[in-house]
Amino acid sequence: MEKILDVKNLQINFATFAGQVQAIRDVSFHLNKGETLAIVGESGSGKSVTVRSIMGLLANNAHIVGGEIDFKDQDILSMTDRQIENLRGNDISMIFQDPMTSLDPTMPIGKQVAEPLLIHGQMNKAAAMARAEEVLELVGITNAKNRMKDYPHQFSGGQRQRVVIAMAIVNYPEILIADEPTTALDVTIQAQIIDLMKDLQRKIDTSIIFITHDLGVVAGIADRVAVMYAGKIVEYGTVDEIFYDPKHPYTWGLLNSMPTLDTHSEKLYAIPGTPPNLLDPPDGDAFAPRNPYALAIDHEAMPPFFKVTNTHYAATWLLHPDAPSIEPPAAIQQRQQLYRDLIASGQIGTFPQKETDKNVSN
Amino acid sequence: MSATNSDRPRKKLVQVQHLKQYFNPGKPNEVKAIDDISFDIYEGETFGLVGESGSGKSTTGRSIIRLYNPTSGKILFDGQDISRIKHRDMLEFRREMQMIFQDPYASLNPRMKVKDIIAEGLDVHHLVKNDQERDARVNELLNLVGLSRDHATRYPHEFSGGQRQRIGIARALAVQPRFIIADEPISALDVSIQAQVVNLLREIQQEQNLTYLFIAHDLSMVKYISDRIAVMHNGRLMELAAADEVYNHPLHPYTKSLLSAVPRPDPMYERSRHRTDYDDSIEFDNHPRTLQEIVPGHFVFAAADELADYQATAEKYLHEASALGKSPLNA
Repeated sequence: MEKILDVKNLQINFATFAGQVQAIRDVSFHLNKGETLAIVGESGSGKSVTVRSIMGLLANNAHIVGGEIDFKDQDILSMTDRQIENLRGNDISMIFQDPMTSLDPTMPIGKQVAEPLLIHGQMNKAAAMARAEEVLELVGITNAKNRMKDYPHQFSGGQRQRVVIAMAIVNYPEILIADEPTTALDVTIQAQIIDLMKDLQRKIDTSIIFITHDLGVVAGIADRVAVMYAGKIVEYGTVDEIFYDPKHPYTWGLLNSMPTLDTHSEKLYAIPGTPPNLLDPPDGDAFAPRNPYALAIDHEAMPPFFKVTNTHYAATWLLHPDAPSIEPPAAIQQRQQLYRDLIASGQIGTFPQKETDKNVSN
Repeated sequence: MSATNSDRPRKKLVQVQHLKQYFNPGKPNEVKAIDDISFDIYEGETFGLVGESGSGKSTTGRSIIRLYNPTSGKILFDGQDISRIKHRDMLEFRREMQMIFQDPYASLNPRMKVKDIIAEGLDVHHLVKNDQERDARVNELLNLVGLSRDHATRYPHEFSGGQRQRIGIARALAVQPRFIIADEPISALDVSIQAQVVNLLREIQQEQNLTYLFIAHDLSMVKYISDRIAVMHNGRLMELAAADEVYNHPLHPYTKSLLSAVPRPDPMYERSRHRTDYDDSIEFDNHPRTLQEIVPGHFVFAAADELADYQATAEKYLHEASALGKSPLNA
């Protein structure tokens, strides 16, 4: 599989009055061509900062301490502003969370959708407007021709998010970054938008980075999943590996604390405590204080990534050969049992890709 | 879940009868936010209200606690009609019913100390005699919601979202209410914190025999916390039944479409998921519709000529295990 984006050892700090907040602490991942990678994590885990750095959209008080972001073997972080602008217009685009604030209320939607084409000088106005109409049709705005001159307030929330998506895909980007694109929407509209994105991915052959905190949405859209906690990726793998064979106790906690429509227990599992302060991150595993399975070493040394399969890695000392064997929570054991059954019955492949990952430490 | 299976007749704590809440009535921009809804909430139960944005679920909560003056209809609290009483008389009822709001950032005054936020209700209702008693009660409440007494003298900005929601809960509990309206109390919180707050709400309910109206759009969480659920759409109730009944045996096409859209953390289920779309034009065919009881305790918004169909569907459910595709995780 062709790697279209490769993020290596990214480190980003934010300067605040209280000191340096270490928002991204050595994050590495890659995006394959045509796939959807979901980045999951709670607020403050660094998922939005990570993707904003890809777009060159970091706040003024952020500085990149180290690492590189390679787009087709070219490091985005060493590009000039002009090159990045060019990249944003042609190759990578982004859908933001709030459809209410990411549209200009004073500009007709047709013009807004065509704007990227005009700014980057790809076509003349007539051609750009024709393309805008075509794309609005593609994202499911009915009667797009007559709605080109309408303003954002004349659309419902779901339709507005479709317009925002149209704006992002109008120049058929290679990479589409979606930062919580469905969080502000109702479940019915959310389901439509997710179907739309899957459909578009097939039609324009784009690669998607999808950021969300909703594991249900991830299960529906992702090919691969990266779980972030306190500025680091703690586990990544294929969607089946993360949902049916999770290895990191944080992933266990996340999966466990969500009630499904089938949950009946008297009490929900709740991850105790709160995330650490990244002004002064702990030496060991940042999740250790909230982790009922923490070993003594978790409090002292940061766990490296341990390999589970060629596609599945988790940063937890529990995977060390010398670690005591522990029993995951019952619901997780149930998922793992199901995974073994699904593999045995051939319903899930094991994805034997040959891949050497730079994340693995020795 | 609380007190649902007891044999003795359950007491109706809140009765909503033909409630209508119109905004700008009679003007061209009239909005029928609530259009003739009726339901009862029994003492000690959690009544879930779900629906998409604009369905009128928050307006319902706000009308019950009289943040709005209802256009018509009655709201009975403990047998007494509160839909028309004067603001001054309402004060007494506000002690008995309290509200927890969605946004823990916007619902706490940033310039007040936590102890003053929590004790505001105590002061308004003259429930404490002196500062000593006030502090003691505040500490007790902080303790109840899992915060410590050191937090009393801090300001809201020093707390995380989950902690702020705990402060909001302590404030609601301060006046020892019997009924709490929780309007999307966990929507603004992170997944790992949502479970903490939901567990807290349930613990307190069991300890103090509270009655909840739980308003939310997150269907999995509503099902988990509620005894009975009403599904709302376009200002009307589409379906009302016990929580499991709504989820396992949905009758109304709107409920079915809503359930089919809920994402589940299960890739195999998601790959085989079929969404059913709902066309709300069927609601506007000028057939008079009301909530009709199809099977005991299970109501659906139906016209007279639709009853037979719904009864047939309910009949069919009796012979099937479940209407929705079972997740392999639960097979």
